[in-house]
Amino acid sequence: MPMKIGTENFKERVDSGIQNDFMRAAVSGAQERLHGRRLAAAEELGNWEEWRSHGEEIRQHVLENLDYYLDQLAENVVKLGGHVFFAETAEDANTYIKEVIQKKNGKKVVKSKSMVTEEINLNAALEEVGCEVLETDLGEYILQIDEHDPPSHIVAPALHKNKEQIRDVFKEKLGYTKTENPDELTAHVREILREKFLHADIGITGCNFAVAETGSISLVTNEGNADLVTSLPKTQITVMGMERVVPTYEELEVLVSLLTRSAVGQRLTSYITVLTGPKQVHEVDGPEEFHLVIVDNGRSKILGTEFQSVLQCIRCAACVNVCPVYRHVGGHAYGSIYSGPIGAVLSPLLGGYEDYKELPYASSLCAACTDACPVKIPLHELLLRHRQVIVEKEGKAPISEKLAMKAFGLGAASPMLYKFGSKIAPSAMSPFTTGTSISKGPGPLKAWTESREFPAPNKERFRDWFKSRDKEGEKS
Amino acid sequence: MKVTLFSTCLVDMFQSNVGKATVEVLERLGCVIDFPESQVCCGQPAYNSGYVNEAKEPMKRMIETFKDAEYIVTPSGSCAAMFKEYPHVFKGDEKWEQKAISIAERTYELSQFIVDVLKIEDVGARLEGTAAYHTSCHMTRLLHVTDAPFTLLKHVKGLEVVPLPGAHNCCGFGGTFSVKMGQISEQMVDEKVMSISGTKADYLIGGDAGCLINIGGRIERKGMPIKSMHLAEVLNSR
Repeated sequence: MPMKIGTENFKERVDSGIQNDFMRAAVSGAQERLHGRRLAAAEELGNWEEWRSHGEEIRQHVLENLDYYLDQLAENVVKLGGHVFFAETAEDANTYIKEVIQKKNGKKVVKSKSMVTEEINLNAALEEVGCEVLETDLGEYILQIDEHDPPSHIVAPALHKNKEQIRDVFKEKLGYTKTENPDELTAHVREILREKFLHADIGITGCNFAVAETGSISLVTNEGNADLVTSLPKTQITVMGMERVVPTYEELEVLVSLLTRSAVGQRLTSYITVLTGPKQVHEVDGPEEFHLVIVDNGRSKILGTEFQSVLQCIRCAACVNVCPVYRHVGGHAYGSIYSGPIGAVLSPLLGGYEDYKELPYASSLCAACTDACPVKIPLHELLLRHRQVIVEKEGKAPISEKLAMKAFGLGAASPMLYKFGSKIAPSAMSPFTTGTSISKGPGPLKAWTESREFPAPNKERFRDWFKSRDKEGEKS
Repeated sequence: MKVTLFSTCLVDMFQSNVGKATVEVLERLGCVIDFPESQVCCGQPAYNSGYVNEAKEPMKRMIETFKDAEYIVTPSGSCAAMFKEYPHVFKGDEKWEQKAISIAERTYELSQFIVDVLKIEDVGARLEGTAAYHTSCHMTRLLHVTDAPFTLLKHVKGLEVVPLPGAHNCCGFGGTFSVKMGQISEQMVDEKVMSISGTKADYLIGGDAGCLINIGGRIERKGMPIKSMHLAEVLNSR
């Protein structure tokens, strides 16, 4: 799956999201459950705001010194006998991974959940050279067998499907005969996956955080599949976004705590695994060969810009889980594997404005995302910065809007023009007015009045009332 | 105490009753109200659409208009938050940055001013019935005014404020978002209206004219028997 998903335009995607009742029920249900859990998990720490500031500080420090920490990380991985590859582009990363697998004569690949491998479209690249690639995270597995349905959420990729839909996918694709009970569904997949794990020759993982000081990588999961991916196959390839590094275990602990509490409202997830290099002489398990692929794919271009703070992201999806826009349109409407507020900020930066120019506007700027972010990314402000870039540098704003805003600038800045405009507004709007409201508005008001009444401008403006009242006061 | 009123353009043009109520409540609490005629719009519609340069002109006008005010009070969390944003907008601008900081420091949303500056919790209002209160996003998340409206409403005789499920969710106004993303905005306001209707409240009360025009407009379109009122109007009810 590349970063861009689907071929429909933005409006069509939003329409199909809004009309998808199953998805909307699943998403709003999940948002409500996660909202309460996240708040409780944060509350429990007693000083959540301090934790957030600390998390922000760690991420900012790493980004300011990214070259240093990546260098340290790479050096330590190599010292342990591992291999490190810096991939500037998605293609570079895929080419390297293909070569590693071909050298090993590998055919059977098992993967644990990884957004960056979705971003670089790794599965397709491997399938092209004849590999059988299997997703072992339950959500990813469901999507993979359902004709590669794209993920709609960065933590819970199959969030848009309910259990009945999953049962139907299993019936059709796996010959499943049992009910929609999640335990039965999971047990069925577990049977299939166990067998595959035993015969896999390559294991591919993502990376929540890499620890520079020790050359370790960490994986945060609830299913334990990542542990099988990293212990059974002889070769392990870990793919990470270049910003996902922490200096030491001390910072890892802070960020993992922020991550699990923000993502799923848990103190810890069921499995938090830290892996350090390939199997050493004294060790009993682990891969014989270990490769760390550090992916840039547009990230270094964000460094040093007004958007740098987006790289603080730890992919917890707290912003997605509180977003009222995401709630109604779902993840696929964003047209990117990165959805919700973080996706609306990140997708235009990684994928360009041409494909994602609407996303920065798909927000009411309610700032729920900014409030929820455990590392204090000012998401709604970054959306505003995108809008400014689109208007001023990209020139992608509609001409009618530009003219209207130009007029706004002139009109609102001049008390004379403002007074005149507001004075004539009631008569200008009178053809559209019934009583005190407008039911069918002209121009931009049309979009409003399709679902709502709009108030008719007051015949006596507040300022008129205030003035007349002053005069009366003077008389008496 | 002398208060310089920043009415907001929405109140000036569409919700003049809110402006009148604000003046009457504050006068009853002993304030002397000044309304500088040269005030225009705070610039938010252009600013939030990415037209920062266009927005700067009305912003400068507002800074000039309110430069000598002691207390700038506005019946809107969103417009107060916009004034608080001015220092960021003019950061590094020698001529305007200090002035912007000075304006931002003296700006208060109405309920915040009454509770925090005037130190009054009971304004002597009376309104019979039950109400759902809409916690507008900019007032709570950008201005951080969360308790003051509830403190004031608690003392309104005859009024019972009922909990509103999903209160943290935006109503879908978002300024130009409401027309630019009309189809999404509709879903958001519809959910909000259904939550309000589920409380069986007689009134929907809010502290921002934008949200009230949005939610009220949907209530009216659906023909629901819920009256929307601005906080200022409630505080002015006797």
